[in-house]
Amino acid sequence: MTVTGDVGAERRRRIRARNRALLAVLLGLVVLFYVVSIVRLSGG
Amino acid sequence: MSEHLSTATVPGVVPYAGAAVGDYLQILKPRVMSLVVFTAFVGLVLAPGHLHPVLAAVAVLCIAVGAGASGAINMWYDRDIDAVMRRTANRPLPAGRMMPGEALGFGIVLAVGSVAVMGLAVNWVAAELLALTIAFYVFVYTMWLKRRTPQNIVIGGAAGALPPLVGWAAVTGDVGWGGIALFAIIFFWTPPHFWALSLYRAGEYEAAGIPMLPVVAGARETKRQMLIYTLMLWPAALMPWLLGIAGPVYGACAGVLSLVFTATAIRVWADDSERSARQMFAFSLLYLFLIFTVLLVERVAGGRW
Repeated sequence: MTVTGDVGAERRRRIRARNRALLAVLLGLVVLFYVVSIVRLSGG
Repeated sequence: MSEHLSTATVPGVVPYAGAAVGDYLQILKPRVMSLVVFTAFVGLVLAPGHLHPVLAAVAVLCIAVGAGASGAINMWYDRDIDAVMRRTANRPLPAGRMMPGEALGFGIVLAVGSVAVMGLAVNWVAAELLALTIAFYVFVYTMWLKRRTPQNIVIGGAAGALPPLVGWAAVTGDVGWGGIALFAIIFFWTPPHFWALSLYRAGEYEAAGIPMLPVVAGARETKRQMLIYTLMLWPAALMPWLLGIAGPVYGACAGVLSLVFTATAIRVWADDSERSARQMFAFSLLYLFLIFTVLLVERVAGGRW
Protein backbone atom coordinates (compact mmCIF):
# COMPACT_ATOMS: atom_id res chain seq x y z
CA MET A 1 0.00 0.00 0.00
CA THR A 2 2.86 2.35 0.89
CA VAL A 3 4.69 1.45 -2.30
CA THR A 4 1.58 2.17 -4.39
CA GLY A 5 1.11 5.48 -2.54
CA ASP A 6 4.72 6.47 -3.21
CA VAL A 7 4.40 5.58 -6.87
CA GLY A 8 1.14 7.53 -7.08
CA ALA A 9 2.79 10.57 -5.50
CA GLU A 10 5.74 10.26 -7.87
CA ARG A 11 3.31 10.04 -10.79
CA ARG A 12 1.49 13.21 -9.66
CA ARG A 13 4.80 15.01 -9.12
CA ARG A 14 5.98 14.06 -12.58
CA ILE A 15 2.76 15.19 -14.28
CA ARG A 16 2.81 18.47 -12.33
CA ALA A 17 6.42 19.15 -13.32
CA ARG A 18 5.60 18.46 -16.96
CA ASN A 19 2.57 20.75 -16.86
CA ARG A 20 4.67 23.55 -15.37
CA ALA A 21 7.35 23.10 -18.02
CA LEU A 22 4.67 23.23 -20.73
CA LEU A 23 3.20 26.38 -19.19
CA ALA A 24 6.65 27.99 -19.14
CA VAL A 25 7.19 27.08 -22.81
CA LEU A 26 3.79 28.49 -23.83
CA LEU A 27 4.36 31.72 -21.91
CA GLY A 28 7.83 31.93 -23.47
CA LEU A 29 6.29 31.59 -26.93
CA VAL A 30 3.76 34.35 -26.18
CA VAL A 31 6.57 36.69 -25.12
CA LEU A 32 8.68 35.61 -28.11
CA PHE A 33 5.93 36.31 -30.65
CA TYR A 34 5.14 39.63 -28.98
CA VAL A 35 8.76 40.81 -29.04
CA VAL A 36 9.36 39.57 -32.60
CA SER A 37 6.20 41.36 -33.77
CA ILE A 38 7.35 44.62 -32.18
CA VAL A 39 10.81 44.29 -33.76
CA ARG A 40 9.44 43.44 -37.19
CA LEU A 41 6.86 46.25 -37.08
CA SER A 42 9.59 48.74 -36.14
CA GLY A 43 11.53 47.69 -39.25
CA GLY A 44 14.16 45.54 -37.48
CA MET B 1 -2.55 5.50 -25.07
CA SER B 2 -5.46 3.08 -24.82
CA GLU B 3 -3.18 0.39 -23.39
CA HIS B 4 -2.10 2.83 -20.66
CA LEU B 5 -5.69 3.58 -19.79
CA SER B 6 -6.48 -0.11 -19.62
CA THR B 7 -3.64 -0.75 -17.15
CA ALA B 8 -5.23 1.75 -14.76
CA THR B 9 -8.08 -0.66 -14.24
CA VAL B 10 -5.81 -3.54 -13.23
CA PRO B 11 -5.33 -3.67 -9.45
CA GLY B 12 -1.73 -3.08 -8.38
CA VAL B 13 -0.65 -1.76 -11.78
CA VAL B 14 0.27 1.91 -11.73
CA PRO B 15 -0.56 3.69 -14.99
CA TYR B 16 2.36 5.14 -16.92
CA ALA B 17 2.88 8.76 -15.93
CA GLY B 18 4.81 9.85 -18.99
CA ALA B 19 8.45 10.85 -19.11
CA ALA B 20 10.01 13.35 -16.72
CA VAL B 21 10.98 16.85 -17.86
CA GLY B 22 14.65 15.87 -17.61
CA ASP B 23 14.08 13.00 -20.03
CA TYR B 24 12.57 15.38 -22.57
CA LEU B 25 15.65 17.58 -22.24
CA GLN B 26 17.96 14.56 -22.55
CA ILE B 27 16.50 13.41 -25.87
CA LEU B 28 17.36 16.83 -27.32
CA LYS B 29 21.05 15.78 -27.10
CA PRO B 30 22.13 18.97 -25.28
CA ARG B 31 25.87 18.40 -25.85
CA VAL B 32 25.43 18.10 -29.61
CA MET B 33 23.05 21.05 -29.45
CA SER B 34 25.65 23.25 -27.75
CA LEU B 35 28.16 22.62 -30.55
CA VAL B 36 25.50 23.29 -33.18
CA VAL B 37 24.48 26.54 -31.48
CA PHE B 38 28.08 27.68 -31.19
CA THR B 39 28.95 27.05 -34.85
CA ALA B 40 25.67 28.59 -36.02
CA PHE B 41 26.33 31.66 -33.91
CA VAL B 42 29.76 32.07 -35.49
CA GLY B 43 28.15 31.83 -38.94
CA LEU B 44 25.70 34.51 -37.89
CA VAL B 45 28.44 36.81 -36.60
CA LEU B 46 30.73 36.38 -39.63
CA ALA B 47 28.00 37.02 -42.19
CA PRO B 48 28.07 40.46 -43.79
CA GLY B 49 25.13 42.68 -42.95
CA HIS B 50 23.09 43.37 -39.87
CA LEU B 51 20.40 41.44 -38.05
CA HIS B 52 18.48 42.90 -35.13
CA PRO B 53 19.82 41.29 -31.90
CA VAL B 54 16.37 39.98 -30.98
CA LEU B 55 15.99 38.31 -34.38
CA ALA B 56 19.55 36.97 -34.10
CA ALA B 57 18.63 35.43 -30.74
CA VAL B 58 15.47 33.96 -32.28
CA ALA B 59 17.53 32.49 -35.15
CA VAL B 60 19.94 30.84 -32.69
CA LEU B 61 17.01 29.55 -30.62
CA CYS B 62 15.36 28.06 -33.73
CA ILE B 63 18.63 26.38 -34.76
CA ALA B 64 19.02 24.97 -31.23
CA VAL B 65 15.45 23.67 -31.16
CA GLY B 66 15.78 22.27 -34.69
CA ALA B 67 18.96 20.43 -33.64
CA GLY B 68 17.15 19.13 -30.57
CA ALA B 69 14.25 17.94 -32.72
CA SER B 70 16.67 16.01 -34.94
CA GLY B 71 18.17 14.42 -31.84
CA ALA B 72 14.76 13.42 -30.49
CA ILE B 73 13.66 11.81 -33.76
CA ASN B 74 17.07 10.12 -34.04
CA MET B 75 16.65 8.65 -30.55
CA TRP B 76 13.15 7.45 -31.46
CA TYR B 77 14.41 5.68 -34.58
CA ASP B 78 17.61 4.30 -33.03
CA ARG B 79 16.11 3.07 -29.75
CA ASP B 80 16.81 -0.57 -30.67
CA ILE B 81 20.53 -0.09 -31.31
CA ASP B 82 20.87 2.41 -28.45
CA ALA B 83 19.82 -0.38 -26.08
CA VAL B 84 22.76 -2.50 -27.25
CA MET B 85 25.54 0.07 -26.81
CA ARG B 86 26.83 0.90 -23.33
CA ARG B 87 27.30 4.57 -24.26
CA THR B 88 23.62 4.97 -25.17
CA ALA B 89 21.82 2.29 -23.13
CA ASN B 90 20.76 4.75 -20.42
CA ARG B 91 18.99 7.12 -22.80
CA PRO B 92 15.30 7.64 -21.92
CA LEU B 93 13.91 5.33 -24.64
CA PRO B 94 16.12 2.23 -24.24
CA ALA B 95 16.00 2.68 -20.45
CA GLY B 96 12.18 2.58 -20.61
CA ARG B 97 11.64 6.02 -19.09
CA MET B 98 9.90 7.34 -22.20
CA MET B 99 7.48 5.84 -24.73
CA PRO B 100 8.61 5.93 -28.39
CA GLY B 101 5.53 7.92 -29.43
CA GLU B 102 6.34 10.64 -26.91
CA ALA B 103 9.82 11.12 -28.37
CA LEU B 104 8.58 11.08 -31.97
CA GLY B 105 5.73 13.51 -31.30
CA PHE B 106 8.00 15.82 -29.33
CA GLY B 107 10.60 15.79 -32.12
CA ILE B 108 8.09 16.48 -34.90
CA VAL B 109 6.44 19.35 -32.99
CA LEU B 110 9.83 20.95 -32.30
CA ALA B 111 11.01 20.45 -35.90
CA VAL B 112 7.91 22.03 -37.44
CA GLY B 113 7.83 24.78 -34.81
CA SER B 114 11.48 25.76 -35.18
CA VAL B 115 11.26 25.96 -38.98
CA ALA B 116 7.99 27.93 -38.88
CA VAL B 117 9.28 30.45 -36.33
CA MET B 118 12.56 30.84 -38.25
CA GLY B 119 10.60 31.57 -41.44
CA LEU B 120 8.13 33.96 -39.85
CA ALA B 121 10.59 35.84 -37.62
CA VAL B 122 13.87 35.79 -39.58
CA ASN B 123 13.66 34.73 -43.24
CA TRP B 124 12.52 31.76 -45.30
CA VAL B 125 15.93 30.92 -46.80
CA ALA B 126 17.26 30.26 -43.28
CA ALA B 127 14.06 28.33 -42.51
CA GLU B 128 14.47 26.16 -45.62
CA LEU B 129 18.09 25.45 -44.74
CA LEU B 130 17.04 24.55 -41.19
CA ALA B 131 14.38 22.21 -42.59
CA LEU B 132 17.00 20.70 -44.91
CA THR B 133 19.35 20.18 -41.95
CA ILE B 134 16.69 18.38 -39.91
CA ALA B 135 15.48 16.32 -42.86
CA PHE B 136 19.04 15.37 -43.86
CA TYR B 137 19.89 14.23 -40.35
CA VAL B 138 16.67 12.26 -39.88
CA PHE B 139 16.03 10.75 -43.32
CA VAL B 140 19.45 10.63 -45.00
CA TYR B 141 21.75 9.94 -42.04
CA THR B 142 19.59 8.21 -39.40
CA MET B 143 17.16 6.22 -41.53
CA TRP B 144 19.12 5.61 -44.71
CA LEU B 145 22.90 5.66 -44.24
CA LYS B 146 23.69 4.91 -40.61
CA ARG B 147 22.89 1.19 -40.72
CA ARG B 148 23.84 0.59 -44.36
CA THR B 149 27.25 2.00 -45.22
CA PRO B 150 30.59 2.84 -43.59
CA GLN B 151 30.31 6.18 -45.40
CA ASN B 152 27.41 7.03 -43.06
CA ILE B 153 29.18 9.76 -41.16
CA VAL B 154 30.92 11.14 -44.26
CA ILE B 155 27.70 11.92 -46.15
CA GLY B 156 25.60 12.30 -43.00
CA GLY B 157 28.18 14.74 -41.69
CA ALA B 158 26.63 17.34 -43.98
CA ALA B 159 23.76 17.65 -41.49
CA GLY B 160 26.14 18.65 -38.71
CA ALA B 161 27.96 21.03 -41.06
CA LEU B 162 24.87 22.99 -42.12
CA PRO B 163 24.14 25.04 -38.93
CA PRO B 164 26.75 27.79 -39.60
CA LEU B 165 25.26 28.09 -43.08
CA VAL B 166 21.82 28.53 -41.49
CA GLY B 167 23.27 31.23 -39.22
CA TRP B 168 24.86 32.92 -42.24
CA ALA B 169 21.60 32.79 -44.20
CA ALA B 170 19.69 34.24 -41.23
CA VAL B 171 21.66 37.47 -41.72
CA THR B 172 22.14 37.62 -45.49
CA GLY B 173 19.09 35.75 -46.75
CA ASP B 174 21.25 33.67 -49.08
CA VAL B 175 24.07 31.10 -49.13
CA GLY B 176 27.41 32.89 -49.37
CA TRP B 177 30.95 31.61 -49.87
CA GLY B 178 31.80 32.38 -46.25
CA GLY B 179 28.98 30.13 -45.07
CA ILE B 180 30.12 27.42 -47.46
CA ALA B 181 33.67 27.70 -46.04
CA LEU B 182 32.34 27.12 -42.50
CA PHE B 183 30.28 24.21 -43.83
CA ALA B 184 33.42 22.70 -45.42
CA ILE B 185 35.41 22.92 -42.18
CA ILE B 186 32.85 20.87 -40.22
CA PHE B 187 32.21 18.53 -43.16
CA PHE B 188 35.87 17.49 -43.45
CA TRP B 189 36.38 17.51 -39.68
CA THR B 190 33.52 15.06 -39.03
CA PRO B 191 35.00 11.79 -40.43
CA PRO B 192 38.29 11.82 -38.46
CA HIS B 193 36.36 12.95 -35.37
CA PHE B 194 33.86 10.08 -35.45
CA TRP B 195 36.29 7.46 -36.72
CA ALA B 196 38.64 8.24 -33.82
CA LEU B 197 35.71 7.47 -31.50
CA SER B 198 34.69 4.37 -33.42
CA LEU B 199 38.26 3.00 -33.33
CA TYR B 200 37.97 2.41 -29.59
CA ARG B 201 34.22 1.67 -29.64
CA ALA B 202 34.31 -0.71 -32.61
CA GLY B 203 33.07 -3.63 -30.53
CA GLU B 204 29.93 -1.79 -29.48
CA TYR B 205 29.18 -0.63 -33.02
CA GLU B 206 29.66 -4.17 -34.29
CA ALA B 207 27.30 -5.57 -31.63
CA ALA B 208 24.70 -2.98 -32.62
CA GLY B 209 25.13 -3.83 -36.32
CA ILE B 210 26.30 -0.37 -37.33
CA PRO B 211 28.80 -0.63 -40.21
CA MET B 212 31.30 1.92 -38.97
CA LEU B 213 34.53 1.95 -40.96
CA PRO B 214 36.67 0.12 -38.34
CA VAL B 215 34.03 -2.64 -38.20
CA VAL B 216 33.78 -3.06 -41.99
CA ALA B 217 37.25 -2.17 -43.28
CA GLY B 218 39.42 -2.59 -40.19
CA ALA B 219 41.52 -0.25 -38.09
CA ARG B 220 44.34 0.18 -40.65
CA GLU B 221 42.05 1.42 -43.45
CA THR B 222 40.19 3.66 -40.97
CA LYS B 223 43.44 5.27 -39.84
CA ARG B 224 44.49 5.82 -43.46
CA GLN B 225 41.23 7.57 -44.26
CA MET B 226 41.41 9.61 -41.04
CA LEU B 227 44.79 10.90 -42.14
CA ILE B 228 43.49 11.72 -45.63
CA TYR B 229 40.57 13.70 -44.17
CA THR B 230 42.81 15.68 -41.83
CA LEU B 231 44.83 16.67 -44.93
CA MET B 232 41.64 17.58 -46.82
CA LEU B 233 40.67 19.72 -43.86
CA TRP B 234 43.66 22.01 -44.44
CA PRO B 235 42.28 24.00 -47.41
CA ALA B 236 38.83 24.10 -45.81
CA ALA B 237 40.27 25.47 -42.55
CA LEU B 238 42.29 28.12 -44.40
CA MET B 239 39.41 29.08 -46.71
CA PRO B 240 37.91 31.78 -44.40
CA TRP B 241 41.29 33.55 -44.41
CA LEU B 242 41.73 33.11 -48.18
CA LEU B 243 38.21 34.46 -48.78
CA GLY B 244 38.89 37.48 -46.60
CA ILE B 245 36.21 36.79 -44.00
CA ALA B 246 38.96 36.10 -41.45
CA GLY B 247 42.32 37.76 -40.89
CA PRO B 248 45.95 36.60 -40.63
CA VAL B 249 45.63 35.71 -36.93
CA TYR B 250 42.97 33.19 -37.85
CA GLY B 251 45.04 31.97 -40.79
CA ALA B 252 48.04 31.32 -38.52
CA CYS B 253 45.91 29.62 -35.83
CA ALA B 254 44.10 27.48 -38.40
CA GLY B 255 47.46 26.41 -39.85
CA VAL B 256 48.92 25.45 -36.47
CA LEU B 257 45.75 23.66 -35.32
CA SER B 258 45.48 21.74 -38.59
CA LEU B 259 49.15 20.78 -38.29
CA VAL B 260 48.57 19.40 -34.78
CA PHE B 261 45.38 17.61 -35.91
CA THR B 262 47.30 15.97 -38.76
CA ALA B 263 50.06 15.03 -36.30
CA THR B 264 47.50 13.29 -34.05
CA ALA B 265 46.26 11.35 -37.11
CA ILE B 266 49.84 10.29 -37.92
CA ARG B 267 50.28 9.21 -34.31
CA VAL B 268 47.09 7.13 -34.49
CA TRP B 269 48.41 5.62 -37.74
CA ALA B 270 51.72 4.66 -36.12
CA ASP B 271 50.35 3.62 -32.74
CA ASP B 272 48.03 0.64 -32.31
CA SER B 273 47.00 1.52 -28.77
CA GLU B 274 43.56 2.82 -27.89
CA ARG B 275 45.10 5.78 -26.10
CA SER B 276 46.15 7.66 -29.23
CA ALA B 277 42.66 7.34 -30.74
CA ARG B 278 41.11 8.67 -27.51
CA GLN B 279 43.52 11.60 -27.53
CA MET B 280 42.76 12.34 -31.17
CA PHE B 281 39.03 12.30 -30.43
CA ALA B 282 39.55 14.74 -27.55
CA PHE B 283 41.74 17.00 -29.67
CA SER B 284 39.21 16.96 -32.53
CA LEU B 285 36.65 18.57 -30.21
CA LEU B 286 39.20 21.14 -29.09
CA TYR B 287 40.20 21.77 -32.72
CA LEU B 288 36.69 22.68 -33.86
CA PHE B 289 36.04 24.74 -30.76
CA LEU B 290 39.27 26.72 -31.20
CA ILE B 291 38.84 27.23 -34.95
CA PHE B 292 35.40 28.76 -34.46
CA THR B 293 36.44 30.66 -31.34
CA VAL B 294 39.33 32.34 -33.17
CA LEU B 295 36.98 33.26 -36.03
CA LEU B 296 34.57 34.77 -33.51
CA VAL B 297 37.16 36.57 -31.38
CA GLU B 298 38.94 38.01 -34.40
CA ARG B 299 35.70 39.35 -35.81
CA VAL B 300 34.50 40.82 -32.51
CA ALA B 301 37.95 42.23 -31.64
CA GLY B 302 38.13 43.76 -35.11
CA GLY B 303 34.93 45.65 -34.34
CA ARG B 304 33.25 44.35 -37.45
CA TRP B 305 30.20 43.07 -35.58
